[in-house]
Amino acid sequence: MNFKALTAAIAMMAMPAAVMADPDDDKLIINGEIEMISVAKAPEHLENLDTIYSGWHFRTDETQALQIDDFDNPAMIFVDQAADVYETVDGAAGKSCASCHDGVESFAGLTAQMPKVDPETGKLVVMEDLINECRTERMEADAWKWSGADMQGMVALIGLQSRGMPMNVAIDGPAAPYWEQGKEMYYTRYGQLELSCANCHEENYGNMIRADHLSQGMINGFPTYRLKQAKLISRHNRFRGCIRDTRAETFAEGSDEFRALELYVASRGNGLSVETPAVRQ
Amino acid sequence: MTKALKLGLAGMLCASTAMAGEIKPKDVSFADGAIEQSLTGTPGDPEKGATIVGEKSMGNCVACHQVSALADVPFQGEVGPPLDGAGDRWTEAELRGLVANAKMTFEGTVMPAFYKDDGFIRPGDAYTGKAPSGPLEPILSAQDVEDVVAFLMTLKEQ
Ligand code: HEC
Ligand code: HEC
Repeated sequence: MNFKALTAAIAMMAMPAAVMADPDDDKLIINGEIEMISVAKAPEHLENLDTIYSGWHFRTDETQALQIDDFDNPAMIFVDQAADVYETVDGAAGKSCASCHDGVESFAGLTAQMPKVDPETGKLVVMEDLINECRTERMEADAWKWSGADMQGMVALIGLQSRGMPMNVAIDGPAAPYWEQGKEMYYTRYGQLELSCANCHEENYGNMIRADHLSQGMINGFPTYRLKQAKLISRHNRFRGCIRDTRAETFAEGSDEFRALELYVASRGNGLSVETPAVRQ
Repeated sequence: MTKALKLGLAGMLCASTAMAGEIKPKDVSFADGAIEQSLTGTPGDPEKGATIVGEKSMGNCVACHQVSALADVPFQGEVGPPLDGAGDRWTEAELRGLVANAKMTFEGTVMPAFYKDDGFIRPGDAYTGKAPSGPLEPILSAQDVEDVVAFLMTLKEQ
């Protein structure tokens, strides 16, 4: 029921829109003051959806509650740890993040525009790339593992500086070929189950698939704290899990394929607030 | 690996594991989405079929379908239509076709093909996320399909 034509037809008949287990109508306000844009008009480039929703709207009241107050949000422990790491010297150059950057607040707005194309190399880069570049090139420290607690804590800390700002990744100019690649992946029916991201998150959001309430698969809340795993989950780890569940050979975390997919999926959420770190079941 | 070699290997494996007289996935013939001939010649067992439909590690059909007859199986999904009354709506041959490869009945459907072993994009080694180490097996065996069909035939609206 989420295709534009159908929705339009229903609207014309002036029937109520609640035709399936829709996203709920709750409002996402964090700490009683930060009003999040968790429902928005779909961006122009998104042909098959009218409205985009944060994954928060598809979770149970109990899980939702953990995200509306930072004191209850279990991800904040990892964010606090990252704030300490930000000040901690590591590597042969004897530097910390704070040696080169102002306070972490100076990163406000960055996550809303990621991934982006590096103007020098022409390569698509995601936050993990920027962080590891600083670690290896400027701190002369070891690169962090993609989905490790150090890395995802730092991705979440930097993301938190943009919390509430609408996602606004560029999809044109030098980003265009990467975006096309990601789009193609999104609609490819991988694996022995022959399921694409769109089959689940575009055609069936709002529906139950076994015990899971399908969302639109947005990444504005990533890294998210997953209660089941009791840690921060990276975007690429989530992609891996979803592709694995189609009985497919997945792509690696940190692969160029997942960078492109990340850009495309991020662009589907253009207009939704950065929610990092969100809480999921 | 060349296509011919792949087929050769697949053929060897099937020859050793498949039961005599069984129709292999590549040899199934569809007519308007239906498969007339039993895949095994052995009548399906509806009770086994019920287990396959409900078990996560087997057919896991309830991931997408509600089945009132399996009320004790929790968390039934709603991606596909409820299967209640499927035995009235479809013939046995049509149900066999639907389970084996629903795309022959509903073009482009999200429902996976359960008796198909090639033509996939990046198929994996079951749910490991890794590349398969040998030729793929269909998700359900020929007799599993017959059992599921026998179960579906029992789903009648009163
Ligand atoms: C077989 C169904 C299925 C397919 C195919 C699938 N997903 Fe998912 N996905 C799920 C389920 C179930 C969840 C957990 C519930 C939810 O958040 O939607 C999920 C969650 C997600 C989330 C987390 C959303 C949040 O708010 O926490 C993202 C992001 C995501 N998927 C992206 C993708 C992408 C990208 C693809 C394709 C590469 C994909 N999914 C393919 C079933 C699927
Ligand atoms: C990933 C989702 C999914 C799974 C898993 C799945 N199906 Fe389906 N099935 C569908 C959808 C969707 C349809 C509706 C066809 C369409 O319009 O695309 C369907 C249609 C059917 C129909 C015809 C429905 C009718 O009108 O009576 C039958 C019968 C059926 N499925 C049986 C099964 C069986 C048996 C299994 C497991 C062995 C199964 N399905 C697994 C999604 C699924």
